[in-house]
Amino acid sequence: MDATEIGLWGVPLAILGGAIRVSTPFIFVSLGEAITERSGRINLGLEGTLVFGAMTAYAVAVMTGSPWLGLLAAAGAGLCFGLFHGWICKFRGVNDIAIGIALMLFGSGLAFFFGKPFIQPSAPDLPAIAFGGWSDIPQVQAALNVNILFLIGAALAVFLWWAFRNTRAGLIVRVVGDSSDAARAMGLNPNTVRLLATGVGGALAGIGGAYLSLYYPGSWTERISSGQGLMAVALVIFARWNPLGCFAAALLFGGAGALGPALQSVGVTQGYYLFYAAPYILTLIIMIATSSPNRSLAGAPGELSITK
Amino acid sequence: MSKRFMLSRRDLLKTSAAGAALGLASASFPISRAFAATATVGFIYVGPKDDYGYNQAHAEGAATLKGIEGISVVEEENVPETVDVQKTMESMINLDGASLIFPTSFGYFDPHMLAMCAKFPDVQFRHCGGMWNKDKHPMNAGSYFGYIGMGQYLNGVVAGHTSKTKKLGFVAAKPIPQVLLNINSFLLGARSVDPTITCQVIFTGEWSLAVKEAEATNALVDQGADVITCHVDSPKVVVETAAGRGAFVCGYHANQSPLAPEKYLTGAEWNWAKVYKMFVDDLVAGTPLPNFTRGGLADGFVKMSPLGPAVGDAARKQFDGTLAEMMKGGFSVIKGPLKSNKGVVVATEGQAFVETALELESMDYLVEGVVGSTA
Repeated sequence: MDATEIGLWGVPLAILGGAIRVSTPFIFVSLGEAITERSGRINLGLEGTLVFGAMTAYAVAVMTGSPWLGLLAAAGAGLCFGLFHGWICKFRGVNDIAIGIALMLFGSGLAFFFGKPFIQPSAPDLPAIAFGGWSDIPQVQAALNVNILFLIGAALAVFLWWAFRNTRAGLIVRVVGDSSDAARAMGLNPNTVRLLATGVGGALAGIGGAYLSLYYPGSWTERISSGQGLMAVALVIFARWNPLGCFAAALLFGGAGALGPALQSVGVTQGYYLFYAAPYILTLIIMIATSSPNRSLAGAPGELSITK
Repeated sequence: MSKRFMLSRRDLLKTSAAGAALGLASASFPISRAFAATATVGFIYVGPKDDYGYNQAHAEGAATLKGIEGISVVEEENVPETVDVQKTMESMINLDGASLIFPTSFGYFDPHMLAMCAKFPDVQFRHCGGMWNKDKHPMNAGSYFGYIGMGQYLNGVVAGHTSKTKKLGFVAAKPIPQVLLNINSFLLGARSVDPTITCQVIFTGEWSLAVKEAEATNALVDQGADVITCHVDSPKVVVETAAGRGAFVCGYHANQSPLAPEKYLTGAEWNWAKVYKMFVDDLVAGTPLPNFTRGGLADGFVKMSPLGPAVGDAARKQFDGTLAEMMKGGFSVIKGPLKSNKGVVVATEGQAFVETALELESMDYLVEGVVGSTA
């Protein structure tokens, strides 16, 4: 039983475990949003897509008994939401931010409506890979139970970072995002590219939702997201539209979020509200430290409605 | 100018609402008068009514009324503690003809329910909480509430017998008196088994934050706690996460044993069915409804979940013995000599606070043995 006494080591362990457990939805939503924003559109509706994805994944997993089908269904539902956003925004005079807010409310409401019968039943979880087998300490083993979606998210971040620079598709997305006129001159249709980019972004957000309901915390309730989708959209700007930055920011957020509970569990109990603000304080500090009047909004796609 | 416009628009809305109400009233009253014993009872929940928690406990109570002859039940869930709840109450009264309304969440009372009490003096409102005061509030309003601390004490008794590490965990939302009493009762129940047991508490700061509750549960298990309980709106995440990590759980608000049949020891549940039946019986009989009702385990306001398969014989025996003693009435969880975890004496030798004691309603301390802080 002496192995269970880990004392203060619990704090770094919890931050590591928390970074791995909590960050995955942030990774997927922010990568999805990075693709969408690189193409010159903002989709604020990803919070709704995340919640709807969580519900869809859970419902399909309950009905079919397969979490993988649930994951697929969530990605499909997210794709539909993304394509819908992309399709509406191609019309003249439509504001992508306003449509995003509408879709955020619509997605959540629709998820609550269809999700009612699925609050009570239990769905099978997505599998995790135990990387902690080398350790005898159960806490380390628990912290290193890494869900496969986290690994996919990490690989995807590296792939997107590479693809934006080195592939034709990446170049097309970036051109459309930086200048519609240049894209048209190249014979590209900006609306089609943005439609696809928003669709892919929605599908990734749906996968993030599936992680919430099928792995951690691993149940469908109407308050499952508590604003994580919105935070992830903000992370993209924080990460300067860089997929690797999105991944790092998501890890930072997950780890810092675990700080509050972990410190209380080792007896640092004063001022826990302050510790809960840690992710936001860290964000502020990094934003201030890395900002400079000479290169404001470096990396921002030129066609984004916030920069135009 | 804009002020004048606002005023006239508000007046316009008021008049048209009154007109609509009048039209509805004249249309619907002859029908409802035809069945003399018919009454409609409205329930308003702040969250989903199948949350395995606070709202489910109320909805289960409401469901038992549906079988009663001449009573129809209307419900609305996910109603925020804003002006929305006023609209919900108005529509329950105007459209469904509700004559008794139970707004079940704390924040519904002031100003929302009080505004409706003034607007509809013929409708009865009973709010879950302890805020009604005869000197300040109208007579068609009222409060009902239960004392659930002894339920957490019994949770603690079973937890104390079951724990091997002698460390318990408590995931709490906010450090308000009722939550603190539950934490203290849980620890004192466990200490009645073994006075060396400690209980680690983690406050999440909100009533419903799924990811933070899961993180808190993981952190408690990491530090060696092997029995976990909680006071959050929906214990589902805590119960599933704890059981997933191999810890035992004690439930709260409602019965969560289907979520972790092997690991669920027992739980402190509300028994609102009893309270709602009492109000509705008075309503049907035409007697005035009580304005202020409270009760605990002995009064049937609170009940315990059936003991789970992991509960040993010694635990079962002490659980039954303590429960029998509580049912006699007059049992005190907080009794001297007792110190807070900051070393302040909170009860001197011979001093005992029964569950109805007013001192307990301003509790601002955690007792010795609880690891945690109220701020």
